Amino acid sequence: MLSQKEILSTIEMIDQQHLDIRTVTMGISLLSCCDPDPVRACDKIYGKICRCAEKLVRTGQDIEEEFGIPIVNKRISVTPMALVAGASETEDYVPFALALDRAAKTCGVDFIGGYSALVQKGFTEADRRLIRSIPEALARTELVCASVNVGSTRAGINMDAVALMGRIVKDTAAATADRDGLGCAKLVVFCNAVEDNPFMAGAFHGAGEAEKVINVGVSGPGVVYHALQAVRGKPFDVVAETVKKTAFRVTRMGQLVAQEASRRLDTPFGIVDLSLAPTPAIGDSVARILEEMGLETCGTHGTTAALALLNDAVKKGGVMASSSVGGLSGAFIPVSEDEGMIAAARGGTLCLDKLEAMTCVCSVGLDMIAVPGDTPAETVAAIIADEAAIGMVNNKTTAVRLLVTPGKTVGDTIEMGGLLGSAPVMPVHRESSADFIARGGRIPAPLHSLKN
Amino acid sequence: MNAIVTVVGRDRVGIIAAICSRLADHNVNILDISQTILQGSFTMVMAVDLGAAAAPFGELSASLAELGKEMGLSIRIQREEIFNAMHTV
Repeated sequence: MLSQKEILSTIEMIDQQHLDIRTVTMGISLLSCCDPDPVRACDKIYGKICRCAEKLVRTGQDIEEEFGIPIVNKRISVTPMALVAGASETEDYVPFALALDRAAKTCGVDFIGGYSALVQKGFTEADRRLIRSIPEALARTELVCASVNVGSTRAGINMDAVALMGRIVKDTAAATADRDGLGCAKLVVFCNAVEDNPFMAGAFHGAGEAEKVINVGVSGPGVVYHALQAVRGKPFDVVAETVKKTAFRVTRMGQLVAQEASRRLDTPFGIVDLSLAPTPAIGDSVARILEEMGLETCGTHGTTAALALLNDAVKKGGVMASSSVGGLSGAFIPVSEDEGMIAAARGGTLCLDKLEAMTCVCSVGLDMIAVPGDTPAETVAAIIADEAAIGMVNNKTTAVRLLVTPGKTVGDTIEMGGLLGSAPVMPVHRESSADFIARGGRIPAPLHSLKN
Repeated sequence: MNAIVTVVGRDRVGIIAAICSRLADHNVNILDISQTILQGSFTMVMAVDLGAAAAPFGELSASLAELGKEMGLSIRIQREEIFNAMHTV
């Protein structure tokens, strides 16, 4: 029998500590929609998504109501669009993005991800067309998210793709200049992208995945923060144990929701992504967890170590709570989406170089960071290259989502509202990386990629 | 299907009576009740059986929330599985 204390502790987590399911994401394979005629391909894409995800939002709402746990977003991820659009005889891929956007709106989901290309070792013609279309595709759609994988531990880093993505990020910002460069918030550049990630903007439904699948991303920085307040001053072993126990509870809830959604939608359960995903709300911040460990401000010396402990303990606690763990699984550090990170960046303690160090031990990468609008494309590319190198050498996923907002400079703030939050513009190094990026070619895979 | 009803708010006469009678209206059977005054606020947890309930879950939940609003209390109903998942291995 459950004790009254246990029941009330769950209610308190939901009411006061922002405990929620961040996303229920349905992955849908679009490989069956390939067609030489692009118009027919788009019709098939729209039709299949609407058929598969027709009940997704309603089911999510039912689960929210019955279990009393908020599900913040319902999302769809699809096969990387370059693989699908490549079969069509057309140079213009924007209609495929428009089809995704229409389908997402019909289904009532918050986002749709998978306007993507995987070019870690080289480009197909379709990859090039898709990547070149990203600025226009993101400017003309509302719910579509794009991602490009430019490197992997097995393949090395495609530096031609890195150089191209530097320009594409800038062009996306320019194409959405009337909305403060919002397009950049929907564009991720990956190294070691995962095929079952339920989180945006980087979600896509990998080619090795089933026909359709339900993946769930949990959240819960507020719960971890609250639990750590009870062990203030205690040694790190105690901190790690406390985080593990909390992550276990949060993940069990995610597993329950995932199984329930899978059953009701008659769709196989894929994975639970054990992530601490913050929001801009007070009390739902990863930065405040690091500060609770004894740092005056996030970004000061000791931050990387604190984040390493947190990231590892979240996984250890969560892994036993779910039958299948995947996605990105760890602590996210998106600057604009985390109230504590915003404060630390505004105060100048948290800088781009420290964030880069933190990405060596967090679950993803340089995320939702605003840089000056006049940052050269080659500098953006070089930031992507650095981040991809960290991912490649450390066998982990890394990503770059930079907001290069036109006309904004250090000291300005970009307001995006909602879950995307607000980002103070951070300085970048002014010294040029142009000759480095101009070389092109490929950075070979590291020695430890040769595992066979 | 079992569910947990939780009630939190300022103590007053007739809370239990009102909630039990609302549950009875919907043909919901009460399995267990525990109640305390925690830091000055009335706190009650009930385990209920919805096996023979006369209304769908959403309607019942809305009806209890409405009663809570009338009485100045927070009343919610959630399926039991969520608590089992979080607190038992």
